[in-house]
Amino acid sequence: MFDFNFQEIQPILKVENLNKLFGFNKGCQNINFELFPGEVLAIVGESGSGKSTLLNSLSGHEQPDSGDVIYHAKNEQDYSLYKINESERRLLMRTELGFVHQNPRDGLRLRISAGGNIGERLMAVGERHYGDIRSKGENWLEQVEINSDRIDEQPRFFSGGMQQRLQIARTLVTHPRLVFMDEPTGGLDVSVQARLLDLIRQLVQKHQLAVVLVTHDLSVARLLAHRIIVMKQSEIVETGLTDQVLDDPQHPYSQLLVSSILN
Amino acid sequence: MYVAVKGGERAIENAHKLLDHLRRGDASVPELSCEQIKQQMPLAVSRVMAEGAMYDPDLAALALKQSAGDLVEAIFLVRAYRTTLPRFGYSIAIETSEMRVERRISATYKDLPGGQVLGPTFDYTHRLLDFKLAAESQLEAAPKTEEPVKAEPLARASEILFKEQLLKAEVDTEQTPTDLVQEPLQYPADRSARLQALARGDEGFLMSLGFSTQRGYSRNHPFAGEIRMGWVEVYVYSDELDMEICVGEIQVSECSMINQFAGDKNNPPQFTQGYGLAFGFNERKTMAMALVDRALRCDELDEPVESPAQNQEFVLSHCDTLDASGFVSHLKLPHYVDFQSELELIRNLRSRFSEEKDHE
Amino acid sequence: MSEQLYNFGYLDENSKRMIRRALLKAVALPGYQVPFAGKEMPMPYGWGTGGVQLTASIIGKKDCLKVIDQGADDTTNAVSIRNFFKRVCDVETTEETGDATVIQTRHRIPEQALTENQIMVFQVPIPEPLRYIEPSETETRKMHALKEYGVMHVKLYEDIARHGEIATSYAYPAEVNGHYIMDPSPIPKFDNPKLDNSPTLMLFGAGREKRIYAVPPYTNVKSLDFEDYPFTPQTWTRKCDLCGSEHSYLDEIVTDDKGSRLWVCSDTDFCQKNQAKQEQSNV
Repeated sequence: MFDFNFQEIQPILKVENLNKLFGFNKGCQNINFELFPGEVLAIVGESGSGKSTLLNSLSGHEQPDSGDVIYHAKNEQDYSLYKINESERRLLMRTELGFVHQNPRDGLRLRISAGGNIGERLMAVGERHYGDIRSKGENWLEQVEINSDRIDEQPRFFSGGMQQRLQIARTLVTHPRLVFMDEPTGGLDVSVQARLLDLIRQLVQKHQLAVVLVTHDLSVARLLAHRIIVMKQSEIVETGLTDQVLDDPQHPYSQLLVSSILN
Repeated sequence: MYVAVKGGERAIENAHKLLDHLRRGDASVPELSCEQIKQQMPLAVSRVMAEGAMYDPDLAALALKQSAGDLVEAIFLVRAYRTTLPRFGYSIAIETSEMRVERRISATYKDLPGGQVLGPTFDYTHRLLDFKLAAESQLEAAPKTEEPVKAEPLARASEILFKEQLLKAEVDTEQTPTDLVQEPLQYPADRSARLQALARGDEGFLMSLGFSTQRGYSRNHPFAGEIRMGWVEVYVYSDELDMEICVGEIQVSECSMINQFAGDKNNPPQFTQGYGLAFGFNERKTMAMALVDRALRCDELDEPVESPAQNQEFVLSHCDTLDASGFVSHLKLPHYVDFQSELELIRNLRSRFSEEKDHE
Repeated sequence: MSEQLYNFGYLDENSKRMIRRALLKAVALPGYQVPFAGKEMPMPYGWGTGGVQLTASIIGKKDCLKVIDQGADDTTNAVSIRNFFKRVCDVETTEETGDATVIQTRHRIPEQALTENQIMVFQVPIPEPLRYIEPSETETRKMHALKEYGVMHVKLYEDIARHGEIATSYAYPAEVNGHYIMDPSPIPKFDNPKLDNSPTLMLFGAGREKRIYAVPPYTNVKSLDFEDYPFTPQTWTRKCDLCGSEHSYLDEIVTDDKGSRLWVCSDTDFCQKNQAKQEQSNV
């Protein structure tokens, strides 16, 4: 369904022998993969399989025990996320990388207006024109299907689905190239989930985003992801194109996962 | 012309004279001597020494007299004096197992080597006002203990648990302890810095925090492993003589709380400890301190930080008597310049608001 | 009295040296909050102990000290601090801004232009400009180190969205020398421009919080704002009712219970000089 010429394009993210363990088989270990620009990768597995730990390590939030996470930046430079200094890492995290939390409360300031929430990343990278920041805020509210006249309302009065859409707008406003999402539709009603998934799919295409998505919901993976990684007890047990993995799982655990959820 | 709040020198001088009279009360009543305070209010003296962070019962009594019985003010006087004293050096750590105990109880054992020594305590007194005291007290002779209080070392109750490895060992990090008088408190604070801050922290604040842990805000099931109060010798090391020299004896109170187990894959469950120590007879303070010390060990014991008593910035930044009383009372100072700018701002905002309303 | 029991300037020389070391660091890193082992002083925390420690550490026998609170030399706390230094240093004191070599202040900067030969010492209650946004010290130190100040502008953004202007009238945060954001202490924003490129060394002491910071002479101090909502200090449509000044910070004095008011300079020395000048020219 998508045509990538993997030979010619540099991967945007390279993960080499990544390990982060909290106890025996708790966390993630022996993780290797590459992600290409514009590609959506889903990490699936049951809770406790280590997928959230992996996401935190990939996104610069959790120092791994060993291994490397290398990000290929807009300026064509490679940055090893945990070898560069904290200042450089945090700059990348608020410009070229983005993170969407499962719970919008973790990714939003609930007592700051919607406009202030979207504007924060812009101001953090030095934008100092109130009118510009505000009009970008309005524009992004419309892009995530929130009426722009709600720009001065505080998200604590928004519904769960709206909060999640606002969090996405706040993340995308600085045009990141790689976005990490932790169960972005978790905790929402089914009808709200469908609308949000549709919106995410549109935005990913429109802005050519590379995405690493953690989900326990295989239907979310099927809808959004080009490729899937299946994790079990801290390790990758299977990886492949989404349709391959979901329609013809090879590893017994993947088979179990697919049958238990899809049936 | 206006006077407003501009006070001037004379007003201050007069205020202080009035304070002198307030302190002295009715001049026909004999004046309190510092010696009387020292002898007859030993618990107030203890608290002033502990939170004033200076062991000197005479100066603590003077401070109590000067402050007209305001403990917070007395503590302040002692601290402000103490800060001007040069630091000659450090004593060797006191050894409380060598304590000449006046009181020693354990709630975790019915009896233990060395025995339970109730000593002087308000415990088990009926809190009935004793009207006879209002006249003159008839003091009975002090009871004699059957055996003289032990002179040989009296092992701490915790040693019993240490021996069985039921209590998490206290590891000597061999690092020089932080000295909060010489360096500012910085976060994260290590245990030596935390214990120092708590030792001079406000008893009321620590008691309420300790209480909050008992009621469920970071509950950790404490038992009073041992409380002891008595006299310990203080030694300093003399370079010239190459020996340790006893420079005197001080009264201290100590409490060790035994708390819920910790344990993980690599370590079997063990009890954990919270510790409190204070100058003088300060039992409640050391118990509160031990509860809060235990709560603050959450990082080391891998416990989730969920409650105020576990948050070291919250506890340590707010536990000091002087910090708290100073900042609360500074609101009495004139703030009219800032208030003026707020007045001007709020008037602007209100006129903008009504203009906008008029447009609608 | 027992003054002779205390060292010159109250603090012992070791403590003074410790504070002066912190001051050197503060001057080298304009706007950076240097932790120091603050001492208890014989006045309560929050009543100027930070400023008093700085003054005690830098004052010498030849100095001439001025102490103001709310701009006035005769407010109770200014009198009290001035008397303290008279007792423990026996230095010359003055109410005239021009004569002072060290000026300790709470909440104001004098109206009269300061010079290279003077040092301003500010009393600071809460040195951390990010404190009300981020209560954790660990986190704010990191934000300063990495210059992560976006959230400061979020606060200003919210003010404009809600009120149509930046609703901070005192303790107005400013960026020092292109890096650290500092709290200029609770001076009205009227005084912020006096910090920028000033010939005078400005020292800030927070006693309880045990922090020292500084603005060295001729350093850029930029009050935070937006390009389209620039920083604007307070202005008055009135003149001082006593001296007629049109350019000074005015206090509003309620003179009766019917709402009558006088508007007078908060800087008492400035006001009296102005009045004296006018009397002379009237003669």
